[in-house]
Amino acid sequence: MKRYESWGRYPAASPVRVEVLRWVPEILPITDTETVLAYGLGRSQGDSCLNDGGVLLDTSPLNRFIAFDANQGTLTAEAGVTLAQILDLIVPQGWFLPVIPGTKHVTLGGAIANDIHGKNHRTAGSFGNHVREFTLLRSDGKKICSLAQNADLFAATIGGLGLTGLITQATLQLKRVASPWITVNSVPFTTIAEGIALIQAQSAQHEYVVGQFDALPNSRGKGVLMVGDQAPVDSSGQTPKGKAITVPFVAPNWLLNDLDMRAFNWWYNRHQVHLGQRTVHYTPYFFPLDSINYWNRLYGSRGFVQYQPVVPASRAGEVYAKILQLITTARHGSYLASLKLFGDKKSVGMLSWPRPGIVIALDFPFKGEQTLKLLEECDVLVREAGGAVYPAKDTRMSAHSFQAYYPRWQEFSRHIDPRFSSSFWRRVTNKFA
Amino acid sequence: MPRILITGAASAIAQATARLYAKDGASFFLTDLNAQRLGAVAKDLTVRGAKAVHIKALDLNDFQQHEALVAKAKQQLGEIDIALIAHGTLPKQKECEASWTATGRELSTNFLSAASLLTHLANDFAAKKAGTIAVISSVAGERGRQSNYVYGSAKGALTIFTDGLRNRLSKQGVRVLTIKPGFVDTPMTAEFKKGLLWAQPESIARGIYKAIERRQEKIYLPWFWRYIMIVIRNIPERIFKNLQL
Repeated sequence: MKRYESWGRYPAASPVRVEVLRWVPEILPITDTETVLAYGLGRSQGDSCLNDGGVLLDTSPLNRFIAFDANQGTLTAEAGVTLAQILDLIVPQGWFLPVIPGTKHVTLGGAIANDIHGKNHRTAGSFGNHVREFTLLRSDGKKICSLAQNADLFAATIGGLGLTGLITQATLQLKRVASPWITVNSVPFTTIAEGIALIQAQSAQHEYVVGQFDALPNSRGKGVLMVGDQAPVDSSGQTPKGKAITVPFVAPNWLLNDLDMRAFNWWYNRHQVHLGQRTVHYTPYFFPLDSINYWNRLYGSRGFVQYQPVVPASRAGEVYAKILQLITTARHGSYLASLKLFGDKKSVGMLSWPRPGIVIALDFPFKGEQTLKLLEECDVLVREAGGAVYPAKDTRMSAHSFQAYYPRWQEFSRHIDPRFSSSFWRRVTNKFA
Repeated sequence: MPRILITGAASAIAQATARLYAKDGASFFLTDLNAQRLGAVAKDLTVRGAKAVHIKALDLNDFQQHEALVAKAKQQLGEIDIALIAHGTLPKQKECEASWTATGRELSTNFLSAASLLTHLANDFAAKKAGTIAVISSVAGERGRQSNYVYGSAKGALTIFTDGLRNRLSKQGVRVLTIKPGFVDTPMTAEFKKGLLWAQPESIARGIYKAIERRQEKIYLPWFWRYIMIVIRNIPERIFKNLQL
């Protein structure tokens, strides 16, 4: 039976009903007294894709393509189409997604609702920058939204976490590529400050840049930066193996622990640097974790929480070093930690998270009060530095933090459809009715 | 590039199968009850590589239309290389028990309409001495059981009909494939609680695609249903009649 959870498997939330949407013209008007929210593939970490006590609209069967202009690179598809399906279609025809997140198992609707980002923000901005138009189904009718039409609703829906209505289809502008190969190289760094300087320098020379670093207690942020560029045609490289492995059941809580992860980090960093410059297929470069289905189950029944802040570049070194200190003091480490850079390309959405600065993403096994306290302390630092935390990864930020991070939240809330709501929205606006 | 006629083309298994052929550049003639649904399927297949997609909305219980339907498909495609019979409904067994009208309607949809179409298709394929007829039957057709014998008897009849067609047409070089899926997670089975034995339409579609390529005659999908049905078929009647299956 399909379980309507979020990726972190925390918090637990139960919809009172799930409506599976199969054909766009047959979507019935909402008559429930409860509120509704669209649910795609549930890759959001926390409760932004959940509607506890409400109704979920399962959009995954709305997975049909509508039109593709292979000369102009414009693609129109139903909102339940996944990035995986899109890439399967367009890459053999010489097109690519201009913005690619860390997993391809997200829906088009979800990509828009979270204004997702990739490793190339400096040159490409975020997903919303490449959406030409979408159709939004609201309780007051169908609205076609673009920069030229219903522009306010367009800006509210991008990054709008599904609260403005149901996206039924969208049109994207794709980017041309010569091949599905990426030339990659790995550059090590010894501290987080060094990593930040390195990512700023390397972003000017390479299209895709992402770092992985050690965020376990007592770490100073040692890690490795992986840079990538679109390879020209005739690059040789291995085709990735087809089948992914699946974590078949929720792992015991002791499986992932500090000792294991220290060993893994040590091996991983050395392995990446050892590999040197090489050409790889886009699949393992962009989607390393997708080869393990349901990897979230490895965290055990406690689940895990993510914390993904962006902090202005001038303050990032100081803030992130302090966060590593907090981790050491609390003896509560992050098992996976990544580093990215956001450039000056302006986000389209009123509630868009991407803004200029340095980004980290931390994954913590959820240990209850201890984890919540640590992340609240991190929020204090991020707020003071003028940063912001990504809602798609959040399960616990306070209303106070949310309102500081998203100064346009009240302007945004004027565009929320009254029949739509989410557990996340009720939490960050203190509406528990 | 095959030219394919599909009935029940907006159903989950048919859509998934058609998508595999679209990638090969196939041409399609699709029929289903609902024209809007057919339109959406047609656009999807076109983007995925279909050379051409023709659609016709029709209730297949209108037998008078069958001969014309096959003729139209031939005219629009040029020739039919593969005919996939994928239409059907899942009866509410209790409703059928209370009403002959309901039972009759289900037997018509699930068996008679297919038999009528197959009559026209078989004659056409026999005359040109080529083609593949693929029919989606069901494991439910292997033995009548209390929870779904109206559906089961229609599918059982369909299986025997296709077996006979295979026997008749093999001398003309026409292939007949009987497809017997077990439990599949589709809109037709939306009300059932799903467990370990349930398959996704995409995996059934891959099985159908491979079976047609390999020129197979009968397949159970997924494979393990062959063995489950050996057991089911061999339970002595005096025991079976008391089971709650």
